[in-house]
Amino acid sequence: MTTRVGVVTFPGTLDDRDSLRAVRLAGAEPVSLWHRDKDLKQVDAVVLAGGFSYGDYLRAGAISRFSPVMETVIEQARAGMPVLGICNGFQILTESHLLPGAMLRNNHLHFICRDQKLRVENAETAWTADYEAGQEISVPLKNIDGRYVADERVLDELEAEGRVAFRYLDGNPNGSLRDIAGITNAEGNVVGLMPHPEHAVEPLIGTGRTDGLAFFTSVIKKLVTA
Amino acid sequence: MARVVVDVMLKPEILDPQGQAVQRALPRLGFDGIADVRQGKRFELEVEGPVDEDALARIHKMAETFLANTVIEDFVVRVES
Amino acid sequence: MSLDTVKHATDTPDADQPWAELGLKEDEYARIREILGRRPTGAELAMYSVMWSEHCSYKSSKVHLKQFGDKAPENDAMLVGIGENAGVVDVGQGYAVTFKVESHNHPSYIEPYQGAATGVGGIVRDILAMGARPVAVVDPLRFGAADHPDTKRVLPGVVAGIGGYGNCLGLPNIGGEVVFDPCYQGNPLVNAGCIGVMKHEDIHLAQASGPGNKVILYGARTGGDGIGGVSVLASETFDATGPAKRPAVQVGDPFQEKLLIECTLEIFGEKLVAGIQDLGGAGLSCATSELASAGSGGMRVDLDTVPLRDATLSPEEILMSESQERMCAIVEPAKVARFLEICEKWDVIATVIGEVTEGERLEIFWHGEQIVDVPPRTVAHEGPVYHRPYARPEWQDALQADDAGKLPRPAGSAELREQVLKLVASPNQASKAWITDQYDRFVQGNTVLAQPEDAGMVRIDEKTNLGVAMATDGNGRYTKLDPYTGAQLALAESYRNVAASGARPLAVSDCLNFGSPEDPGVMWQFAEATRGLADACLKLGTPVTGGNVSLYNQTGDTAIHPTPVVAVLGVIDDVNRRTPIAFAEEGQLIYLLGDTKEEFGGSAWSQVIHDHLGGLPPAVDLDREKLLGEILISASRDGMIDAAHDLSDGGLVQAVVESCLRGGKGARLVVPDGLSAFTFLFSESAGRAIVSVPRSEELRFTDMCGARGLPVTRIGVVDGEEVEVQGEFTLPLAELKRAHEETIPALLV
Repeated sequence: MTTRVGVVTFPGTLDDRDSLRAVRLAGAEPVSLWHRDKDLKQVDAVVLAGGFSYGDYLRAGAISRFSPVMETVIEQARAGMPVLGICNGFQILTESHLLPGAMLRNNHLHFICRDQKLRVENAETAWTADYEAGQEISVPLKNIDGRYVADERVLDELEAEGRVAFRYLDGNPNGSLRDIAGITNAEGNVVGLMPHPEHAVEPLIGTGRTDGLAFFTSVIKKLVTA
Repeated sequence: MARVVVDVMLKPEILDPQGQAVQRALPRLGFDGIADVRQGKRFELEVEGPVDEDALARIHKMAETFLANTVIEDFVVRVES
Repeated sequence: MSLDTVKHATDTPDADQPWAELGLKEDEYARIREILGRRPTGAELAMYSVMWSEHCSYKSSKVHLKQFGDKAPENDAMLVGIGENAGVVDVGQGYAVTFKVESHNHPSYIEPYQGAATGVGGIVRDILAMGARPVAVVDPLRFGAADHPDTKRVLPGVVAGIGGYGNCLGLPNIGGEVVFDPCYQGNPLVNAGCIGVMKHEDIHLAQASGPGNKVILYGARTGGDGIGGVSVLASETFDATGPAKRPAVQVGDPFQEKLLIECTLEIFGEKLVAGIQDLGGAGLSCATSELASAGSGGMRVDLDTVPLRDATLSPEEILMSESQERMCAIVEPAKVARFLEICEKWDVIATVIGEVTEGERLEIFWHGEQIVDVPPRTVAHEGPVYHRPYARPEWQDALQADDAGKLPRPAGSAELREQVLKLVASPNQASKAWITDQYDRFVQGNTVLAQPEDAGMVRIDEKTNLGVAMATDGNGRYTKLDPYTGAQLALAESYRNVAASGARPLAVSDCLNFGSPEDPGVMWQFAEATRGLADACLKLGTPVTGGNVSLYNQTGDTAIHPTPVVAVLGVIDDVNRRTPIAFAEEGQLIYLLGDTKEEFGGSAWSQVIHDHLGGLPPAVDLDREKLLGEILISASRDGMIDAAHDLSDGGLVQAVVESCLRGGKGARLVVPDGLSAFTFLFSESAGRAIVSVPRSEELRFTDMCGARGLPVTRIGVVDGEEVEVQGEFTLPLAELKRAHEETIPALLV
């Protein structure tokens, strides 16, 4: 049976179609999910795509976090379903307390769009198993509220438990503490990051690299072998 | 040190998308009875020396030229005791 | 305040009316009275004044713009021409593409962030209203001197506004330009372009036909935004101390616009609308009068049903309001319920405000009382037409006589090297990454090329790899020296850029930015530029499909350089064949296509080194441009070249440096026989490009150029980590990179 991966569309979500395409190119069946529906349509995993849900008004992710679909996503994530939050999706995951910390305005105060080098620090999560630990990849980064912050105790805990999943290389683009680009929960099923792997899945498009595809192949393998 | 607070709000006739988005979300979260929400900015200034007329005039000027964009925003300066 | 109804107007023919304050001339007011056979009501006066303003009626430019239709080349691709919200061209495989460039200059000077943001919002709604999904935006921008303090206010605000709005809509920003010149001080040019894609059968037009059909206003609530903004902001200049009237600035809500896009596309998908129009300048006045006059003519609107953000607005203000993120649709009664359902799904407010009627009058009511009763065509299309006087300025001869060829040239190799470094670091030639990195170029996952490439390119079909490309160009310095030639050079450069990317140029949109039409000298520039552009479009076979005119870009008596910005849209059958600018493969041969002459008038060199503007701009040879374009497209399709870069401002050395930095590889160049190193590097002769050719393709490529009569000169090889001009100098890439990339951040951060 084909793995079904859902992608949630909130009002203001932008990268939902890109994420659906990435899921398809990785070999899974993409399924559109709507913010007003609690029903996840029997998907095996969920992607919260990037964008500006609710215009990022109040705080990025703050309003989406209370949508009906998130009630089920939160419940399922706690039960072990793989959930990936990209950019705005990451912000929604922190607002939902599925992942610790928060995102603030970039330290230089500007939106930044560039090809970003990352190191995969944890290659054992549901979304990173197809990478090698320490592998360096490049994927597009584009955000204005991308500065990851958490208190020292939380940061130490993340480091100690190997839950920093990705770190920025060749220059921290936004002032994120300890160069953190993405993190995972303790179980490794919920991963959030600011850069956009779904924009790096075809050789010709965007940066011309396919370094992001392994996110989506990782989760398929994980689900097939589970 | 005395604290002077500058509140900056969009002028009443200017669209406030942020306030509107918050207001629309409230009923869904079970908070009823809020007719309108407008979101503003609050600046807290720690002033060296006495907050006299002169100082307030300077802060007023600062608010007018820098803290607020008077094309679209109003501001209020007040001394916090 | 009592309501000025049609009846009241008929009963009080002699009441004083503020027609002059609303920007109408005495004869225009008289004409309105003649049309109506009575004095207009306040609401009617508001509608006429705003629709007959320069900005909406094109009254000064109309007689010249006519040429774009009269001289339009035969072109099978044209599906919808000038006059609609935007032109539409056929790009094959059943797809149609709509595109347009517009200005939002004055609002962006007053409030840079919101001015630029709402500029993006407006052009995107124009494209959406044609039935298309917007797929990309571009932003040609011009500011005052880079080191002027006000540029530090205006530029970051404009860039943040474009990014803040466009990024939030999920539209990749794939091109545009940033130009600095003291002439734009106080009159920045903020032009915004958008491309949309649809299937042929999805083309929608702005017309209200079918009596009984409902008029639905949907999107944001109506507030007091920009009331009178269109006529006041766009038609009058500011004095030195700032705007005399401080109009309410429109504030954009990109989130609302994103919902409007998705909601509208879903509505189109279910074929629920008979006609549609976006609300931009002149708001409901414009939308209702244009929809009605393009349809059967009759429409009734109950203005008190319009959802308001501010309950105190008068009916006149509601008609004039330029609140953003609103659309107006004409819907058959049986489809209204489904239409409203889709709006509800997207949290978009939608209200039936009226219906299409028998007859030919636009009638507007306020709580049951009639306040407007007009023939809609007289509002929308039968505004005044001016034949403004124009005359070649007396300074033009002296300007052209001040030949840039006489300027002192570098004395030796060391000075030549120094001037090259100075050129690539100058604000106009420096990397604009600090600006363009604030725009999302990846969203939608179809971006094939984006800035700093010659043209932006997006894939529009994932299965067939069909794509479209767009470039925008304009050179105010050339156009000041010779408006006819300058406008042609803008088209030629844009055409060349599209061809260099591998796409076939199809059609043109233009944004014509000029000073006051009341100045005969400016009007002459406008007349010459439009004539030049129309002639060149005919010759190149690329029709103008639509565009925008922005006049009164001047402070006091000083106008900006005449600045026609030309956007060329191209199509490429397979985006895998696109040609980037980067020299990426060591050992590839660098060829120069075209002829290099002693042409320095208006050049970047003359500006950067001598702060000089004089002489004549480079000569235009449109046959040569066409041939060059064909060669570049063939070479891309047949895989003969790996990189191509057009030569324009800054000349050959600028292009070589950009291609080298983009690919991270150096180049060794040899000055061709018969040229001085100086002319080789800095001349801005048109009709030229550089390409990098794999050695295996060299013969095939040069044979093709030879057979078709295009001059082709081998000038070097991609190699090493420096740019070397043999016998002259070497410049390490690292040094060039620093010079090229550090300028803009240093000026603005």
